[in-house]
Amino acid sequence: MGLLSKKDAKLITDPLADNNPITIQVLGICSALAVTAELKPSIVMAVSVMFVLAMGSTVISLIRNIIPSKIRIIVQLVIAAALVIIVDQILKAFAYELSKQLSVFVGLIITNCIIMGRFEAFALANGPWRSFLDGIGNSAGYGIILIIVGFFRELLGSGSLLGYKVLGDAIEKTGVYAYGYENNGFMLLAPMALITIGIIIWVQRSRNTSLIEQN
Amino acid sequence: MEHIELFFKSIFIDNMIFATFLGMCSYLAVSKKVATAVGLGAAVIFVLAITVPLNWLLDVYLLKDGALAWLGPEYAQYDLSFLSFIMFIATIATMVQLVEIVVEKFAPALYNSLGIFLPLIAVNCAILGGSLFMQSREIQTLGLAFNYGISSGIGWFLAILAIAAIREKIRYSDVPAPLRGLGITFIITGLMAIGFMSFGGMLTGGDDEKEPTEQTAVVKKIEIKKDAIDIAKNETEIKE
Repeated sequence: MGLLSKKDAKLITDPLADNNPITIQVLGICSALAVTAELKPSIVMAVSVMFVLAMGSTVISLIRNIIPSKIRIIVQLVIAAALVIIVDQILKAFAYELSKQLSVFVGLIITNCIIMGRFEAFALANGPWRSFLDGIGNSAGYGIILIIVGFFRELLGSGSLLGYKVLGDAIEKTGVYAYGYENNGFMLLAPMALITIGIIIWVQRSRNTSLIEQN
Repeated sequence: MEHIELFFKSIFIDNMIFATFLGMCSYLAVSKKVATAVGLGAAVIFVLAITVPLNWLLDVYLLKDGALAWLGPEYAQYDLSFLSFIMFIATIATMVQLVEIVVEKFAPALYNSLGIFLPLIAVNCAILGGSLFMQSREIQTLGLAFNYGISSGIGWFLAILAIAAIREKIRYSDVPAPLRGLGITFIITGLMAIGFMSFGGMLTGGDDEKEPTEQTAVVKKIEIKKDAIDIAKNETEIKE
């Protein structure tokens, strides 16, 4: 990346794996799990969070020297809420079906711990450009987990990806269904999101043993 | 009947943790010890019981389509519902602050047990989620909104209490190293959520004549659930 210095590039690449907001920092799980039954809402959610986090971090960082520290939580909440309203209105106008599907979880981006966590931990102490990069990096780390979970849940649960039936038709028995394959409807239910993330954490920590926690 | 139904539905069927994953961050972060889990759980019930009815009033008299009609007929066509996020979160943040001040002044004992958790709660998804679900499920009266706040708080409380108890025990068991800590907590929560799914049929298929039998069935199921948790604990003990 010629555009970015090494230190800046690290801001983007670190949260993708070794400092992932979901699996390592344990931030932003709240609204992550409920939307991942299919791939499409997961992608939309990831993009929305990226918009809110990158814009919000930049704004917070620009005004960080004039926010009185006693009321900073409310200031951060109001900025996040304003950005989320923009996202929500855009979704309602251009993708109404999707916004129905995401229901309250768009609104819950406001209290997504990832937003407050990054505002508090990074944007209040760093310049706007670095805060912007940090926002992009962390929301990309969040988005990757969302997309992985959404991918497996939709593929195994309903045999499709983004609505396309990649595994063939379950009713007419084409594709892999001709060999007796069945969809695992359980993947579409809420508990499997938790278990899928548990497995992702397992895989990640067996690959990088320095992340293992003490009991 | 309506109240009882909503009460059990919000605790078990639409449990905030197991069905909608609200408040997962603090659920995972604060569930290492039972004592702190109880403190946080109680604070969540408390704040939900205050903010849900308040936001219900805001929603009905300010934000809904045509809610401003009480100001006069010329205001009847306004729809301010796009402002609900910012109004709800502002109400929650100020209420949490206010409650903190009031509790500190008048009930120092309660403040000592709840106090440290209250600021944490302003940004808990469960609180905002409670208000947003109250809005999207179109809860009809103020009483029901109050009921909804309390009962979903109790559901959250039960969930964090159960996981904290299990995590205290699991510390002594031999979990595969990469799963330790966060990973196993996720998987246990998933298994508990599967258990809670069995409450799904609790309120369907009954009519008014069958009321008494339904009630006992509910009680039995709760007992069974307790047994299941005990069994899970025993299993972890055996593993020791």
